[in-house]
Amino acid sequence: MDVSTKEFKHCNLIKVNGRVDSATAPKFSQALDANFDKGVYKLVIDMSGLEYMSSAGFRALLAAQRNCKRYNRGEVLLASVPDRIREALELAGFTELFRTYKDPLEAVGSL
Amino acid sequence: MPALTFPASFDYLDEIREYVGEKARAAGFSDRDVYSIQLAADEAASNVIEHAYAGNSKATFELSCEFDTNRLVITLLDHGKRFDPSKVPQPDVEADLSERKIGGLGIFLMRKLMDEVRYESTRDGNRLTLVKRKV
Repeated sequence: MDVSTKEFKHCNLIKVNGRVDSATAPKFSQALDANFDKGVYKLVIDMSGLEYMSSAGFRALLAAQRNCKRYNRGEVLLASVPDRIREALELAGFTELFRTYKDPLEAVGSL
Repeated sequence: MPALTFPASFDYLDEIREYVGEKARAAGFSDRDVYSIQLAADEAASNVIEHAYAGNSKATFELSCEFDTNRLVITLLDHGKRFDPSKVPQPDVEADLSERKIGGLGIFLMRKLMDEVRYESTRDGNRLTLVKRKV
């Protein structure tokens, strides 16, 4: 798994590639936390390069969404979610907790 | 049933997913089912590593994956602390953000993705059996 962050004026776009499981989720969490350290709470996560995500990744997403939405200071949006991962997120009831967009830049524009 | 032995470390989850994925693909499961089977096996192994062995990476567990008539049967056998997934309360997947619980999600997914999930504590250790039927 690798994570890269692109900074926009009002939000950060995070691209996560590869596989997020119990082994790699801590690194994913750290990459998300790095935004909070800089005071950025509006995040778009581009999942187009994501091959796999287990519940360990879902937990990282949930923790980030909680942190961002606190005091109404921001939000995590998901973009380009691959079908298999979207199905698993749906099963876990996570699609109710995140607005999702087909296109990452459309998500950036909506924040 | 031939079984593979894995160290109780998250670093082997990739290998486990690959192994069950190959077996499922060879048995003719759809891409969607293959993903489900890989996810369920990952969640099961992650639970063993995290709960039965609590991070003791010197410990090992056995995993087998066999296709028989129309069922793929995955078995995990560990010798750690008893951990019965059926005793874990189901997470409320409709709760709102603030009420959402972090725990129990892996087990919940495992149950949803597979047709059967069985746990038994035997003299040989703790055995978790996951079954996916081919339709």
